[in-house]
Amino acid sequence: MKPMKKSLLAAAVTTAFAVSGAQAAGISDDKVKIGVLADMGGVYADICGKGCVTAVEMAVEDFGGTVLGKPIEVISADDQNKPDVGSAKVREWVESEGVDAVTGLVASSVTGAATKVLTDNKKIALISTSASHAFTTKACSPYNAHWTYNVVALANGTVKPMVDAGKKKWFFITADYAFGHALEKVATGVINENGGEVVGAVRAPLGTTDFSSYVLQAQSSGADVVALANAGADFVNSLKTAAEFGLTETTDVAGLLVFTHNAQALDPNIAGGMKLTTGFYWDMDDQTREWSKRFKERHGSIPAMGQAGAYSMTMHYLNAIKAAGTDESDAVMAKMKEMKPDDFFARNAYLRADGRMVHDMYQVRIKKADERANGDDIFAIEKVIPGEEAFGPMLDSCNFAAK
Amino acid sequence: MATFLGINLFGLFGQLLVGLINGSFYALLSLGLAIIFGLLKIINFAQGALYMLGAFFAWMALNYMGINYWAALIFVPLAVGLIGILMERFLLRPIANEDHLYSLLLTFGLALMLQGTFTHLFGSSGLSYSIPEELKGGNRLPFMYLPNYRAWIIVASIVVCAGTWYMIEKTKLGAYLRAGTENPQLMQAFGINVPLIVTLTFGFGVGLAGFAGVMAAPVYSVSPDMGSNMLIVVFAIVVIGGMGSIGGAILTGLGMGIVEGLTKYFYPEASTTVIFAVMVIVLLTKPAGLFGKEA
Repeated sequence: MKPMKKSLLAAAVTTAFAVSGAQAAGISDDKVKIGVLADMGGVYADICGKGCVTAVEMAVEDFGGTVLGKPIEVISADDQNKPDVGSAKVREWVESEGVDAVTGLVASSVTGAATKVLTDNKKIALISTSASHAFTTKACSPYNAHWTYNVVALANGTVKPMVDAGKKKWFFITADYAFGHALEKVATGVINENGGEVVGAVRAPLGTTDFSSYVLQAQSSGADVVALANAGADFVNSLKTAAEFGLTETTDVAGLLVFTHNAQALDPNIAGGMKLTTGFYWDMDDQTREWSKRFKERHGSIPAMGQAGAYSMTMHYLNAIKAAGTDESDAVMAKMKEMKPDDFFARNAYLRADGRMVHDMYQVRIKKADERANGDDIFAIEKVIPGEEAFGPMLDSCNFAAK
Repeated sequence: MATFLGINLFGLFGQLLVGLINGSFYALLSLGLAIIFGLLKIINFAQGALYMLGAFFAWMALNYMGINYWAALIFVPLAVGLIGILMERFLLRPIANEDHLYSLLLTFGLALMLQGTFTHLFGSSGLSYSIPEELKGGNRLPFMYLPNYRAWIIVASIVVCAGTWYMIEKTKLGAYLRAGTENPQLMQAFGINVPLIVTLTFGFGVGLAGFAGVMAAPVYSVSPDMGSNMLIVVFAIVVIGGMGSIGGAILTGLGMGIVEGLTKYFYPEASTTVIFAVMVIVLLTKPAGLFGKEA
């Protein structure tokens, strides 16, 4: 009996030691692994895609390549804008590759599927480019951090000033999927609250090439403003058609989600003068220009807002790991919400309890042809929108954050 | 505004006209496909990519060489046609005697390669190409505002389609063409160079896609996936019209544009599926297509 007791004791001691040893080391699997999931070759490739991978790699390098003495590794994959492809990749990453956090996350549909897998596995989602506000409301999670912008900020930033200026009657041309619906709904709320009304809406399928029918309907609606609740190529095509059919001459056209790359793709004579809301503009001040210059040298084009956001949130995540002394998700997230992010992207910023990163947004105007110094000179910043005004109050639809 | 049964007639006429404009593009693209399938029995899945190539060539010609829209309208179809000729000569001819599936897979692969290359080179956001000065502006018709460029699209594509139809169905050259593909050995015996005819026909069909690409560049964003968006719809149109029927492709192209325009007016959400719904109905009731000959 005696020897057996001894070995039991020994086993117990070793186990206890092993457990405390793991806690002391802080970093699981001896490395921090960040996955970048984005559309690498499809319609959203320019707004996040490989540029987001570059931005995350830059953050890791600027951080020093290691955290708490352990290496930081970045891996990436193409989600093809398909929720099933994206969630399968994320599952593989967390279950067999030891990924600690996933960033990128572009199409709201993919992000919805991916964040579910991440939450189930208690891994952190660093959402850089999705627009839907679901990730911090009804689909919120203690493991979500939603960074760059969302539909609420877009609607508050672009729609409210126009309604206040007397543009009361609105017509929507909306992308017919989750993101477009969310944007239209939130914008409609802003219009109604401020004394305006929505006189009509059409839902155009994603990837429509010809918007002329929708533009005709908008034209005959008698609206003061035609709002384009779409993005990417859909935005470009719908605005082009609106200009061609003379809509832009008689009516205000508001682009609710416009990335610099999309504005670049448009004839300045058509897009020039349009006001919109963005989370970042590369040419704002010396800090943004310094980073954007480095980004452009590596990536070949100026950064889109989600790419700058991906850098900023990766940096904040790594800082939080350092401060927490561990890469354990709950501890890191607590630190991320406790520490205030502050860099070239995040101004007057903090991560709210529901996972929403509140920071200054910008109302910009697309420059006309004669105002542009070069091909990258696209926006003129007209107004800084304070974070709380842009993102609005925290809603009680997020269960864990509600008090 | 005049209304009939609660329908805003002005709006409706506007939609019909817009449908006709889109139908013009469908007609041009499906015509190219129908010629290539009807005469050569090649299912050319690269047609959409070559349409995209046409738009990109127009953009490159303007931005790198200063060649304007009107010159591009002549040169780009020739350049795209030349690429088609090379494709036929070096890629499709070696597998001409194999199952049709081989040419389908080969052209599909080529389309993916072209699309991937252009995404890599130019990104996915698209490039802008302005409407030529001469065609800017528009006219306010009683029921809608008609941009001049859109009116030009209808005229140009109807002229090109009608000319092509006439050439194939009514001229001696067309007769050689049809006979040469029907019975190559016999035509060869008459001293007609059938392989050359095949190559040129393929080049011509592909050139039509290049022409449509130049026409499309000012109104749609010049982007790598513009062709793949269009291709499936155009294939459905070719099937509805009857595989290989030249006149069928033109009329169905215009007709489906109108059907789509009306759907956009009454129930926009169904506008991308309506053509496939028509295809299903046509295949169930008339398997050879509206204008096809029963095999």
